[in-house]
Order: sequence, then structure tokens, then C-alpha cells
Amino acid sequence: MDYNFHWRPVFRSLPDLLNAGLVTLEVATLSMVFGVIIGIVFAIIRLKMRGPIRWFVISWIELARNTPALFQLFFFGFGLGAFGIHLTPFWIVLAGLTFNNAGYLAENFRGGFQAIPETQMRAARSLGMNASQAYVRVIIPQVLRTVYHPMTNQMVWAVLMSSLGMLVGFRELSGETQFLASKTFRIFEYFAVAAVIYYVIVKIIIGGSRLLSFRLFRY
Amino acid sequence: MIEIRGLHKYFGEVHVLQGIDLDVNKGEVLSIIGASGSGKSTLLYCINALEGIDEGRITVDGVEVHAKSTDINKLRQKLGMVFQQWNSFPHLTALENVALSPRIVRKMSRSDAKKLAARRLEHIGLGDKLNSYPNALSGGQQQRLAIARALAMEPSYMLFDETTSALDPELVGEVLDAMRLLAEEGMTMICVTHEMGFARDVSDRVAYIHDGAIEEIGTPEQIFSNPKSERTSRFLANVR
Repeated sequence: MDYNFHWRPVFRSLPDLLNAGLVTLEVATLSMVFGVIIGIVFAIIRLKMRGPIRWFVISWIELARNTPALFQLFFFGFGLGAFGIHLTPFWIVLAGLTFNNAGYLAENFRGGFQAIPETQMRAARSLGMNASQAYVRVIIPQVLRTVYHPMTNQMVWAVLMSSLGMLVGFRELSGETQFLASKTFRIFEYFAVAAVIYYVIVKIIIGGSRLLSFRLFRY
Repeated sequence: MIEIRGLHKYFGEVHVLQGIDLDVNKGEVLSIIGASGSGKSTLLYCINALEGIDEGRITVDGVEVHAKSTDINKLRQKLGMVFQQWNSFPHLTALENVALSPRIVRKMSRSDAKKLAARRLEHIGLGDKLNSYPNALSGGQQQRLAIARALAMEPSYMLFDETTSALDPELVGEVLDAMRLLAEEGMTMICVTHEMGFARDVSDRVAYIHDGAIEEIGTPEQIFSNPKSERTSRFLANVR
């Protein structure tokens, strides 16, 4: 093997890579925020409602969980593009990840809701709370605790999955790495460093999530 | 005053309540006794509309509970309820458990709600547990917490659904004492209970429910010492 490593160009563009890492973190975080909100609403709809809205929700969940994430991303890029709706790469990735997260999280939340005894709702309602007050103040805080670790997993998954953004022209960490690597042909070096950055981002998320859980869940 | 007229309730095919007529007066303590499955808890849940009804009418201070036009969340503030499984909110401290509803339903300020909650908890002997989470409390303490939480809404009536049935025997006393205290203070109470001693000592009236109907109702003296109905005396002979 006579490959010569050249790390210098990689280190010179390290600021660009770190910036791209922040973009990755940003799009993953946003997709989680939207995914959690949609997921909670979907779980409640799936558990409590009947009719066409419920069928829409179930179809979304089924598609999100049983088709490749890449295809979901392509749908928001090339799929909508075929109908004349052109999203920017950022929105393609955000929409694709949100679609996927919402599907997985809805099922996590559904399990979470089922883990809370029916009597908690009765107790809340007997105190004069209306249904939404009972959900927001009593039920959902307990659900969030139940699904806290699956949610952390989903966040990690969102960070890693955002690398698909490279294939729709989004300059997140993978896209940026690809861009720089193809300029210098130091492909291995660039992707090795990008991998390290991914690793660090994921470790920070897991560590942060653990610290937050100590603060949030004192019971 | 709570008035129940011709109340019928079905769970699918099962005719759980078969025509209940009952008045509960202000300041009265009414105990409801009867075998499991006789419909006594369901009756309680119908009074604050946690269960719907199929026929008949329930009014609380003249307001029809199950009418579409009734603001049930407002009416429920008059009807405190304590459950068999104490149902403390596990993610909140004792103080927050009690303060939550006054704050978000009665729109009290955060500090007023906390002061009220602290008073309620002290009154019921949990003054040293304000910042404990429910999982650090015994069953009896959690049940007293549930009583304080219901009382913080300043209800006119209290509904007790077998509040001691899920407790270890040594914890039953403290909860019954709390209920006794409440009765002495003049609270109007409907207690579904298996505690015959409590029913006899504290109640003004006792109702025996059999198969979804009131078999017999009267003073504790009459029900326990001199029941008119054959079924009542058989039930009492079995529980003694």
C-alpha cells in the first residue's frame, strides 16, 4: 500500500467542517422539535380518534417507518419538484427528517400514552381541568419521561440521517465534506475527520441528554 | 344539594345502575355500601360526569350535571373526588400536586396557590412533606395528599371512592381519621366504602346498593342494627 496521507488541507478547512457540523446539528434539532410536536399530536389522534384524519396519520406513520429515509428525502426534493414545488436543500432535508422523525416518535409516544394509567386523566379531570390542561400538565410530562431515552435515540438518528442531505445538495457536514474532498481529492482524510466530528456531536447529545434527565426527572 | 332521579346506566349489555333515586343534603355524610360490582363506584362517577348516564337526571345545587349546556369543568370544582388508587401526579411534589389546579383552573397566582397548598397539606398532617415527590410517600400519605388536593379547589361536596381499599391495613387509620376530621368540619360527603366501622360511626345515613339499585337506606342505627331487607342483613352478616 503506497497511499500517502495528507492531513494538512483537511486541517486547514477544519473551520468549514465545524461550521457544517453546526448546520447538521441545527437541522437535526429543528426536525426533532417539529417531529416531537407532530408525534404527540399523531399519537393522540391514533389513540382517540376515528375517521379520515386517523387514516391519514396511520398512512404517514407507515410510510415513515417502512420506506428508506433517502426516498422520503427525495420525495420532498425531486418528488415535489416534479409538481413544480421547489424547496431549497435546507427545507428538503428539514421536511424529510421531520417526516421520518414524526413517524417514529408518534409510535414511541403512543406507547408512552398507553403506559400512563387512565386514572391519571380521571384525577386531573375531577379537579376541574379541561382535557387540554390535563394533557399538558399531567399526562404529557409523564409521557415525555417514559419516552425520554427513545427520544434521545431518535435525535442521534436524526443527526446521522441528515448526512443524506449530501444527495440533495445540502451543505451539512457530509455535503460540505464531499464538496471539500472533491476539490482536493483527499477523500479518505476528509471523511475520516468528518466521522470524528459526527462521533463527537453524538457523544455531546447523549451526555447532554443524560445531564438534562438528572435535572428534569427528580422523581 | 345533590338530587338523583331515575338514573340508569349500561356498560354495553350490562345494566349497572337500575333506577337510582337519591338526595344528598348539605352537611350530610352518606356512606354507600354493597358488594363489589354492585354499581356503587359507577354511581359516584356519574355524579361528577366522569361517566355518562343513559337515563334519568342528576342535579348539583340545581345544575343538571349531564346537560349539554352545563360547564362541567366548572361544576367539577364543587365536587372533590378521592380515588381508590390515590392517583397522585408522580412528576410533581406534594405541594405542586395540590397547587396545580388552584393555579390553572381557579387562576390563582403562583404564590397564592402555593400558600393555599401548604395550608391544606399542613392541615392534613403533611406539613413536613411539602417538597417530597409522591414516590417518597407511603400509600396513606399519598391518599391524604389526594384529599388535600381535592380540598384545595374548595368543593362543596366530597366524593370518596373506596379510599382505603388499596391501602395496607396499618395505613387505613390515618386516612379514615382525615375523613372523620372533614366530616366534623361539616363537609358534605358521599363515601363508597367497605369500612363498616367508619360507615357506622361517621355517617348520617347509609345506603346499601344491590345489583345497581338502592336496596335500603337509613340511619346507621337502622341499617346495621335493624335492617328491614333480607338482602341487607345477609350482606352485613357476610362482611362482619
